[in-house]
Amino acid sequence: MGRARTIARRSFLIGSALVAGGVVFGAYVVRKPHDNPLLEGLGEGEAALTPYVRIDADGVTLITPRADKGQGAYHVQAALLAEELDVELADIRVDPGPPSPIYWNTALAGEAAEFLVPAQGMLRSTAEAALGSVMKVMGIQVTGGSSTVPDGFDKLRAAGASARETLKLAAAEMTGVEAADTTTEAGHVILPDGSKLAYADLAVTAARIEPVTDVLLRTPEQWRIIGKPMQRIDMVAKSTGTQRYGIDADIDGMVHATVLMNPAQTGPINGFDAAEARKMRGVIDIVPVTGGVGIVADNTWRAFQAAQAIEADWGAAPFPATMDEHWGALAASFDEDHRDSTKRDDGDVEAALAGADEVLEAEYRVPYAAHAPLEPINAVVRVDEDAVEVWTGTQIPRFVQANIAKITGIDADNITVHVAMMGGSFGHRLEDEVVKQATEIAMQMKGTPVKLTYSREEDMMHDFPRQIAMARLRGAVKDGQVDTLDLSIAMPSITLSQLGRQGQTAPGPDSQIVAGAWNAPHDIPNHRVRGYRAPQLAPISSWRSVGAVSNGFFYNAAFDELVHQAGADPLQERLRLSARHARAKAVLEAVAKMSDWQGVLGNGRGRGIALTESFGVPCAEVVDVSATDNGIRIEKVWVAAEVGTIVDPVNFENQVMGGVIWGLGHAMNCEITYTDGIADQDNYHVHEGMRLAQTPEIEVHGLEVGNVVRGIGEPPVPPTAPALAGAIFAATGTRLREMPFANFVDFE
Amino acid sequence: MKLTVNGTPLEADVEPDMPLLWVLRDELNIKGPKYGCGIAQCGACTVHMDGEAVRSCQVAAADAEGARITTIEGLGQPDSLHAVQRAWITHQVAQCGYCQSGQIMQAAALLEVTPAPTDDEIDEAMNGNLCRCGTYPRIRAAIKTAAQLLEDS
Repeated sequence: MGRARTIARRSFLIGSALVAGGVVFGAYVVRKPHDNPLLEGLGEGEAALTPYVRIDADGVTLITPRADKGQGAYHVQAALLAEELDVELADIRVDPGPPSPIYWNTALAGEAAEFLVPAQGMLRSTAEAALGSVMKVMGIQVTGGSSTVPDGFDKLRAAGASARETLKLAAAEMTGVEAADTTTEAGHVILPDGSKLAYADLAVTAARIEPVTDVLLRTPEQWRIIGKPMQRIDMVAKSTGTQRYGIDADIDGMVHATVLMNPAQTGPINGFDAAEARKMRGVIDIVPVTGGVGIVADNTWRAFQAAQAIEADWGAAPFPATMDEHWGALAASFDEDHRDSTKRDDGDVEAALAGADEVLEAEYRVPYAAHAPLEPINAVVRVDEDAVEVWTGTQIPRFVQANIAKITGIDADNITVHVAMMGGSFGHRLEDEVVKQATEIAMQMKGTPVKLTYSREEDMMHDFPRQIAMARLRGAVKDGQVDTLDLSIAMPSITLSQLGRQGQTAPGPDSQIVAGAWNAPHDIPNHRVRGYRAPQLAPISSWRSVGAVSNGFFYNAAFDELVHQAGADPLQERLRLSARHARAKAVLEAVAKMSDWQGVLGNGRGRGIALTESFGVPCAEVVDVSATDNGIRIEKVWVAAEVGTIVDPVNFENQVMGGVIWGLGHAMNCEITYTDGIADQDNYHVHEGMRLAQTPEIEVHGLEVGNVVRGIGEPPVPPTAPALAGAIFAATGTRLREMPFANFVDFE
Repeated sequence: MKLTVNGTPLEADVEPDMPLLWVLRDELNIKGPKYGCGIAQCGACTVHMDGEAVRSCQVAAADAEGARITTIEGLGQPDSLHAVQRAWITHQVAQCGYCQSGQIMQAAALLEVTPAPTDDEIDEAMNGNLCRCGTYPRIRAAIKTAAQLLEDS
């Protein structure tokens, strides 16, 4: 970092446009022209102004197509804008949806979908993560192969800087002073005599001025906001019950609905009898939807009750009936016919194993797991004759729009999507079944807003869960060192399952099958990671950290077995093998120092360490456990991660702690299993993640040695499970090769 | 049924077994209490009934007849924060925030009875409130701060 850049970069240009009563500043993506109202007056080759900031009589508004699921996306984006625009963070409003009809067009929706991935910077992650992955394929699908990858870190600051300098020109024009003699502070242009002009009062003039685009972005030494602890902009609302989520939407004339879907996931419905349900109090209508029944009432609970009174004839799920068959399908996939990739192949694994005194073999498993954000999925949809309005918490507004267009036959330009604050997602809201179902119901009662809320049971049983995955190790040690590590990983393609529901295909290898393993920052003499594509089983989806959650466990658990065989120390051996990987080595050294690593301990105490690189972020964690009479107690976790630049240290720490708790809780306690296609887990009592009493102390250290800004929402997840498994082995001698660990050891 | 919510007498025409949560949310349009599980496993619906923390998804309307209910909205508003809310804001506890209404109501009830809770008492009192984002370390710290704020006031 530290290198100043001009705003005008090859990949995007900054511009402004007049809107009713004010001005917007944003980025032009240089590409073929779109049918876009904002295009008028623009030069050839410039199109699709994506506005990031609106300044009008109401003040400064950040316009963000990026979804906020609780990770602070709105806050962080506002901070980047405020840094250059010279407004107080607390004074920035956030507008997640189209602020006026002029913005609502498919080009803007397309831009929104580029941001559908959970973490900032994820789109900029390593090329391997992008190739064939959900992110890349969706990105290409949306932007038509544009070479431009959205970059909020630069774009938002650039938009803010352009707006600031243009507002100074507006002040100069209105007062006759030289723009160069003015300064900016807290939403005002300050004139040489000290008098202040509010941005809001300059907006209309600014809109008529050619925007300033040749300003240098401020250097890190000049930053007054970025990198310093901030007060997140939604804390007061979220501490007083005044934050509104999608489930709180209250639209005029709205009715309440729920669905009863085939409990056998994605299976068909052959018929239903709703005679009893129709007689129940408050029930307005009961209508068919694809794969189930929609129940409309005057109160959510009444809809839930009526759903229980419906008798339905369900068809079978289109995947194996028993978990043995699911695991069997994975086990049968380790062959050449199913080989998807060999992204790592150093040295000569076969020769090394043939010449080894002993070949260590082991098998590892990661089961399905639900996303289960605390806010059940929901959507309000109103279908009128030639227009649709939808209110929902979604990460994929463009797909939402396209799918509603398909169902209703109404032009996408007449479908308005209001993106609501989300009560968590973890990948759950990358799916839009709830919107499709609400639309199907709303089609049958035009003009009435239909709010569809899933019961927790429907939500959990019809989640598209984390992938099921299996891995096999063959390895050998030599002279007290890890010499050969050959890891084969089999899972169904997450990308294919997810995109299939959007009518898309995903050609080529799916790098998520090996993400977090093939790129392990270790130089082992003989080192191979191969991915095997299992057949599609139960439908699956992106789950916080995607492929890396299973593969980070597989790789580190396998590595630890070899370290033990070699009689080496898990930290020292990782350090030795990562000597040429500066960022990885830095996080290992940091976490070793924080935890005062003295080896794996023993006699009822144990420490484990794991290192993964996911979404471009190396993250190392040490877990410390005690074996007590009541089971394993996690005493403490230390985490170090390298993200280039930390925008807000408070939010950073919160995300890391949350990622650790997410990773540990699910590794210990959670799985989704299917019997005859029906999920055996339907609520939190059987899929609870982590609760407060199990939560250890967590110490977080962020490193900023790299020169690329990266997101932190997901990278802390993959190292948690293997670090915990390593600690339990050190404390008890029990080697855990399968999640959830609570199936094999007791936890306090 | 008749009940008092945040000091205001209200009426709702509902069946006796409708959970208080849905009376509040869908009949009275009080949206602070959240629906998360419906079976007392997550605590997002926690309100105070006659001063005690209850899971409103498990309280039948008939059992709330004449009761004095306090929701997060009645505990304190942005311009008149309760000590627990102030501590929550100071520690920046919330991520998605969906569970926090329930967490705060549970914590406020704990501090009413136990003004200076130990770590174990916090663990025990708060263990029924699920947070999927993993804000627990900050919840622990905020409760300690809130206890201090209440003692100082």
